[in-house]
Amino acid sequence: MVEKVSTSLSSLSMLQPKAEVRNLNFYYGATQALKQINLVVPEKRVTALIGPSGCGKTTLLRCFNRMHDLYPGNRYEGEILLDRINILERRVDPIAVRMRVSMVFQRPNPFPKSIYENVAYGLRVQGLLKRDFIDHQVEQSLRSAALWDEVKDRLKDSALNLSGGQQQRLCIARALATEPELILFDEPTSALDPIATSSIEDLMSQLKQQVTILIVTHSMQQAARLSDYTAFMYLGEMLEFNQTTTLFNQPLHQQTEDYVRGRFG
Amino acid sequence: MAQTDSAPPDLLAVQGSVSQRQLQDGLFAIVGLLTILVATIILLALVLQLAIQGFPRLTWQFFTSFPSSEWQQAGILSAWIGSALVMLVTAAIAVPLGVAAGIYLEEYARKNWLSALIEINVTNLAGVPSIVYGLLALGFFNDLLKLGESILTAGLTLALLILPIVIVTTREALRAIPNSLREAAYALGASRWQMIWDHILPYASGSILTGVIIGLSRAIGETAPLITIGALTFIAFLPPAPIQPSFPYISLEWLQAPFTVLPIQMFNWVSRPEPEFQINAAAAGTVLIGMTLAMNGFAIYLRYRFRRGVKW
Ligand SMILES: Nc1ncnc2c1ncn2[C@@H]1O[C@H](COP(=O)(O)OP(=O)(O)OP(=O)(O)O)[C@@H](O)[C@H]1O
Ligand SMILES: [Mg+2]
Repeated sequence: MVEKVSTSLSSLSMLQPKAEVRNLNFYYGATQALKQINLVVPEKRVTALIGPSGCGKTTLLRCFNRMHDLYPGNRYEGEILLDRINILERRVDPIAVRMRVSMVFQRPNPFPKSIYENVAYGLRVQGLLKRDFIDHQVEQSLRSAALWDEVKDRLKDSALNLSGGQQQRLCIARALATEPELILFDEPTSALDPIATSSIEDLMSQLKQQVTILIVTHSMQQAARLSDYTAFMYLGEMLEFNQTTTLFNQPLHQQTEDYVRGRFG
Repeated sequence: MAQTDSAPPDLLAVQGSVSQRQLQDGLFAIVGLLTILVATIILLALVLQLAIQGFPRLTWQFFTSFPSSEWQQAGILSAWIGSALVMLVTAAIAVPLGVAAGIYLEEYARKNWLSALIEINVTNLAGVPSIVYGLLALGFFNDLLKLGESILTAGLTLALLILPIVIVTTREALRAIPNSLREAAYALGASRWQMIWDHILPYASGSILTGVIIGLSRAIGETAPLITIGALTFIAFLPPAPIQPSFPYISLEWLQAPFTVLPIQMFNWVSRPEPEFQINAAAAGTVLIGMTLAMNGFAIYLRYRFRRGVKW
């Protein structure tokens, strides 16, 4: 099985990888949640992570910005190379990683502050305090997140007065403001209606001109529409990774086929 | 009612249980309302009675005179200044220490048997009778540290007394902030300190302030521990002013001055045989309540200031 993954990887070897996962194991205390994960995240492409509930998609995603460091007892083994530097190494500062790799969570989690402050916070944390620059970035990010027209007259209002879909787009704008190199999306549209979902999908297709995107999704249609590459995870393992069209049309494994055809999960 | 008549029997049973539940609901609401009304009315009546009784004595002279054996000349100058200064010291010590301890315990300390032990102890400390703190302070601040029977000793004692309240409410306020907000801040590259200072603390500040005010309101009425450490009951001079006309302009000598506080003054007057002094006591009580309300008002103002950037 490991062999097959590596053959499918070697057929992708001409890709320019932004990030590369090598033999990653991850443990929540004593329980192992990820087993020998190998994955390439190609630069300026959308890579989707799919798989049945509980297979470890969120866990893998949160390794990319060292979110697991926040809780005691979590342990990584192996490597995640971001531009050829292993970000899982102890001497790498997780804060430095998070400044380059931003994240949009499954449920919108705006700060109970103004819309403007929400988007500006990442810049402030990085010490970029020039007013003009912040104003500019806030507007640009809100435009990219297709939210500007709706909120431009009430930037000082509380972000909590926005609708759920608007809040999620605000969280995307917040993640964009610092111009990250890699953005992690954890089922960003699972709480949204079809219209908000499609506007966020459009947004991602545009974003991939500039940034690398790694997205967890439960929707096969979304993975098929949106992603260039898809990785199928199963029980903590990376079962299959390929171009999205190949993975959906000629899956190598029975489990992959069953899953993408909607027979389980 | 024709509909009800023709309804099947099990639906009738459902309707029966619904109306029973509505009855329970209604009963509880009435009982609750009555309890609240009785409690507030009694409280209001007590306060009003105190205010009406003391009102004739609430003159400028009352606030600017030292105690005296003549009831017309007696005033609360030393007492209200003493109370104010002691509260200042108490707040200056208990608020930063208590909030810092709460932040440490909630956000920094590892959750293990040690932190559990500390938690149990802090919660229990909140229930220790105040006179015990007075004895502790007498032994520690007074005898061991030689701080004397001073405003500083009193402030430290009351700070100790309310520290557990501040710590516990700070922890509860922090715990009420959803974890997703912490993760949102971290994901943008915030350090733990930035996460706390920029987010968690402002979001929790309202509840923390409420705890601080509960603590200070308790402290301002305390008598027993202050008598234990040797507060005076009759004092006819003021502590040295904190601001001096000559260099270095600010003086901390007042911290070492002897003092009295409003509740002690009240107690002293109540125990006098002359009925006129009862009126003085009522007036002093009114001032005490006024000071508590003023503290509350200040807290509401602060809460508003803190929350300007926070929009729940
Ligand atoms: N904090 C945690 N501590 C211990 N085990 C955890 C923790 N979080 C997740 N797990 C376990 O790790 C496994 C992978 O969880 P994960 O959240 O990564 O799944 P997922 O693929 O994202 O699922 P879903 O599609 O339902 O979101 C699950 O078995 C889960 O129970
Ligand atoms: Mg998940």
